[in-house]
Amino acid sequence: MGSGSSVNANYKYSLQKSENAFKAAVLIQQWYRRYVARLEMRRRCTWRIFQSIEYACEQDQIKLHNFFSYLMDHFTPSSSKERDFISRMFISGESFKEAELEKYCDYESLEVPDSYTGPHLSFPLLPDHATALLEAFKHKQQLHARYLLNLLHETRKHLKQLPNISHVSTCYSEEITVCGDLHGQLDDLFLIFYKNGLPSPSKSYVFNGDFVDRGKQSLEILIVLFTFLLIYPKEVHLNRGNHEDHMVNLRYGFTKEVMQKYKVHGKKILKMIQNVFCWLPLATLIDQKVLIIHGGISDTTDLDMLEKIQRNKFVSVLRGKKRKESNRNVEIQELNGESKVEADPAGNEADPSFSLQPRPAQAPSVANRLEFSKWVRQTVQEQIEWCRQLVDISESEPEELTYSSVVSLTDLDEPCWTRQDEWKQILDILWSDPIPQEGCRVNTVRGGGCYFGPDVTGKILEKHNLQFLIRSHECKQEGYEFCHNRKVLTIFSASNYYEIGSNRGAYVKLGPDLIPHFVQYQANKMAHTLTMTQRISRVEESAFRALREKLFAHTSALIRAFKAYDKDNTGRITLSNWATAVESVLHLGLPWRMLRPQLVRSTEDGMLEYKSWLDDLAMEQRSQEHIQSSLLEVIYRNRSNLETIFRIIDRDHSGLISSEEFHQTWKLFSSHMNIELTDDGINDLVRSIDFNKDGNIDFNEFLEAFRLVKQSQ
Amino acid sequence: MSCNSSVNLSFSFLMFLFADGAVAEIEKKIIEAFEVFDHECNKTVDVREIGSIVRSLGCFPTEAELHELLAKVEEEEPTGHIHLEKFLPVMTKVVLDRRYRPIPEDVLLHAFEALDEHKCGYITKEELVKYLTKEGEPFTQEEMEDMLSTALDPETNSVHYRDYISMMIVDET
Repeated sequence: MGSGSSVNANYKYSLQKSENAFKAAVLIQQWYRRYVARLEMRRRCTWRIFQSIEYACEQDQIKLHNFFSYLMDHFTPSSSKERDFISRMFISGESFKEAELEKYCDYESLEVPDSYTGPHLSFPLLPDHATALLEAFKHKQQLHARYLLNLLHETRKHLKQLPNISHVSTCYSEEITVCGDLHGQLDDLFLIFYKNGLPSPSKSYVFNGDFVDRGKQSLEILIVLFTFLLIYPKEVHLNRGNHEDHMVNLRYGFTKEVMQKYKVHGKKILKMIQNVFCWLPLATLIDQKVLIIHGGISDTTDLDMLEKIQRNKFVSVLRGKKRKESNRNVEIQELNGESKVEADPAGNEADPSFSLQPRPAQAPSVANRLEFSKWVRQTVQEQIEWCRQLVDISESEPEELTYSSVVSLTDLDEPCWTRQDEWKQILDILWSDPIPQEGCRVNTVRGGGCYFGPDVTGKILEKHNLQFLIRSHECKQEGYEFCHNRKVLTIFSASNYYEIGSNRGAYVKLGPDLIPHFVQYQANKMAHTLTMTQRISRVEESAFRALREKLFAHTSALIRAFKAYDKDNTGRITLSNWATAVESVLHLGLPWRMLRPQLVRSTEDGMLEYKSWLDDLAMEQRSQEHIQSSLLEVIYRNRSNLETIFRIIDRDHSGLISSEEFHQTWKLFSSHMNIELTDDGINDLVRSIDFNKDGNIDFNEFLEAFRLVKQSQ
Repeated sequence: MSCNSSVNLSFSFLMFLFADGAVAEIEKKIIEAFEVFDHECNKTVDVREIGSIVRSLGCFPTEAELHELLAKVEEEEPTGHIHLEKFLPVMTKVVLDRRYRPIPEDVLLHAFEALDEHKCGYITKEELVKYLTKEGEPFTQEEMEDMLSTALDPETNSVHYRDYISMMIVDET
């Protein structure tokens, strides 16, 4: 009806339109929020994958120990060559007296050629030297070995004067900046200095360990940190981390980096660094209120004991074990590392944190095996004796002051704890992780230190009248994280640790009020330009690649597990059984049902053809089809252990071992791993991957050939 | 028979149909998703994460529907945490009942088209922001910025929604 109805119609139309708009908006929002939630789930799953793989890797250290134990019990050498080989695995290295160290790692005879364009250092160091070094490293230059060795000598001299626990006060400096793990990522250190300023009389820093390994510029980081340490000794403080340990460096890349960058003097440099690491302080205390340690604590952590230990005795914290043959009462000492420079010989420390590992089965009593074991023991004993003689310790000196023998002492300055106690103190400080549950138990994942709960934190904080702990050791997505009711702060300074975009790095600043202020960063321009989706996809891709490699490495075990669910031999199993089977083999604790769409592309009626799925996984690896696939699997699964063993054998750190030694290693390993590997099989390996250099094998190349996950950085 | 008992009957009939295997599998998946967000490993999650968990299990609830669900799983005295033992049966039923179904691509397209007044295939940034931050169940500023970071074509300062939808659908598994 006239204008009325058109007004009505208009009104109805606009009402409908706004209703539609409302509904449309709801739909879009609903859909988008679902998308974001999916992304969030993917992000968290990716993180879980990386963490579980990282920590599973550290369990390899345990496997390595089992391998050595196995050797002790089972191996019958068929020739004197083989005997020599075994003994070399157990006895690695000479020990040095102080003067001998100076002589061996001498730098004064090294001439710096005129053609050298890198920075020149003179001692005592000045701030200009530091800036010159930073500039040089920005331009990818290398410090001459002479200056490097000189720096290391001076650093060691300085560190020797420091107590085990550095005491820092906020009275004199306005703020103290604490940085966590750097792991050879020099770009992150540059970023920290850029954002926060260089160390100076008005800018104090604490670097909380793990300067080296994994990243490719560990040496440069050490050089920079040591330089600032010497220039500003009152303002720069370094804590030892679990990676400041040559046994760990063998596995995680630092040893390799040094040898690649310093081909001629690498061995000397490594030796010096080893002797600098053991002198690094163990902890820093701010205003007597905030304790900074690399790993964590345990229920037995005792700062008074820590203050008094001779920290340099512990060159490697992952030492060998002391074993008592049950029916023979003979002690075997397994020397897993080089002996110390100073007073005491190689470790006799017993091994509480490895006590949970099952002992390898007792060898059947075959005469020659026992003979061999006895021989090994004797040889090892002889070596120890020789070491002791070098450092002037007679055998009659008691290895440890046991509690009972000391109870009668009235002199209170005498330590009334054992070497074992001391070792545990350090191990716990460097390797422990906090967990949400109460209690304190052995950290079986890492193979060292403890898992400590909020009750342990409370107890130790109260015992020593502290406000909170700062530690590092674990990668955190935001670069830092509180736990235990804000009494424990984890600070991690290596951004993009797993992959570009995986996490931020952070540092924390404390003023006299001891209230933490955080600064986060990410050291890769690309990470900033990527959208959230792209970042997550990228990191996710990387995680799944690593996970698929792990799956491939367990092919045989997976087939066995799948077959158990496929009694009728149809070649198919349900997805549900797939998830259960995979977890039972890999033990990674991952949410397999959530991850399934990324790992299993095609299914039929909810069933998976597992054989072809595993074949697809195998196809992804580099073209090594001519190598027998079960062998390939073993290589992948044990790559890091193999690498470590090779490095131990390669005593001059040349990267080459003889063909003979290569064969030996393989035979031993294959017998331990229970796989068939003939000499022909090994020869095939050698032939197909052309890494022979004058009868020596470049094991770096060998290992590279079996690297699935490409190096992204 | 009262209404209630017939509902109960049909539910148990359903449960019977879906014998042990299927329900157990659904439960396992829900528990997995829950545990991804269970940081303290004590079978609880922050209430703010429930949305992520529900949505990553294949459901597309609106905010209102999510609040409804939360009301069923929260404690009498809301603590900010949701316990697995309360969440599991409720979520299992949600999955079994196939509630909060996904939004098909064409419906999504219609929704964008409804906001595209002149039907030109794109919506300007201003228009989109207006609709999504004022209408429906409004986006927060963060959500809006996040969507724009992928959706917006910086040259035209608008969202070409067909392209955007195709890109997002591919990303989903």
